[in-house]
Amino acid sequence: MAVDYAALKKGGFMRQKQKNCFSLRLKVVGGHLTAKQLGAISDVADKFGNGYVHLTSRQGVEIPFIKLDDIDKVKAALAAGDCEPGVCGPRVRTVTSCQGKEICPSGCIDTYALAQELSERFFAKDLPHKFKFGVTGCQNNCLKAEENDIGIKGGIKVKWIADKCINCGVCESICRTRAVTSEDGKIVLDESKCNYCGRCTKACPADAWENSEGYILSFGGLFGNRIHKGEEIVPIIHDKTTLFRVIDAAVEFFERNANSGERFRLTIERIGEEEFKRVIWEAYNG
Amino acid sequence: MAEYKIDDHVDITDVVCPVTFVKAKIAIEELETGQILSVHMNGGEPVQNVPRSMKEEGHKVLKLNKNDDGTFDLIVEKGEE
Repeated sequence: MAVDYAALKKGGFMRQKQKNCFSLRLKVVGGHLTAKQLGAISDVADKFGNGYVHLTSRQGVEIPFIKLDDIDKVKAALAAGDCEPGVCGPRVRTVTSCQGKEICPSGCIDTYALAQELSERFFAKDLPHKFKFGVTGCQNNCLKAEENDIGIKGGIKVKWIADKCINCGVCESICRTRAVTSEDGKIVLDESKCNYCGRCTKACPADAWENSEGYILSFGGLFGNRIHKGEEIVPIIHDKTTLFRVIDAAVEFFERNANSGERFRLTIERIGEEEFKRVIWEAYNG
Repeated sequence: MAEYKIDDHVDITDVVCPVTFVKAKIAIEELETGQILSVHMNGGEPVQNVPRSMKEEGHKVLKLNKNDDGTFDLIVEKGEE
């Protein structure tokens, strides 16, 4: 019987150079794996692979040297350890994220929760070409948001609370974009300079800033054969309804317009940046 | 700075995070409630974290003074024990 390699690839089995061997890609969201999952992965690598795993560039795990004949046994062993196969080919890939505000002192948003939401909504969705989401918690950009077809970067929009301010000067000293200045005991925030990094409010010893978490979106990132930095179109978004409306519109634009095997950025260029911006602004404005 | 009567000084420019805060914390523990400590620190990470940590320990940050050489002096009043 002929082997359906496309179906195997869709199911995370990546054909190796070695005959009848596959590198099995697992589903991982935001680089998060439980001890139980790691145990199952370890057992499968030992029993059915060559006793090691490969950590992919996008927070995934692959178990190389899985034999074609063992595929069903491997799937069952992984399922018993809460692991699912990943995907490859023209569809939505692993949603990556940093640890975000639940763990990291610099984080502005709960990246892992958002990565899970994105994964539930989009993971493995068939599209004209591969499609990548990445979520990073702050301007430090550990997760490299702009490399992705859609990148999400956490931010905090701040508002000064005069009554609480003790005029210590910490925020002014800490601000990297010089958006915060102090004039006669009053803090002035130049919103055109603020990049929503949240350092002022995080460092403030008097809780003198009102915080509003938000998402900064970038579109059309490429980091393979061609390199292109994903571009921001609309301002920071503060609610999930708007966020998902804009993301849905971007994915739908790709689905509707892309040629087979064409990355998102190239579709945007071929259809026209202005048209794409119009679609995104329309979704942003509801 | 003549604004505050400083009771003690500590220099944390010779250590890195997380020892910066540890050193400052030990210094302020030597003082009595209401006394004032001046913490000499480098810009960047210590300025981002030490003032907030001092507040979380129950002390009162009064001022952050910037020096010409790029270092800072954080003026902190010791809180209740």
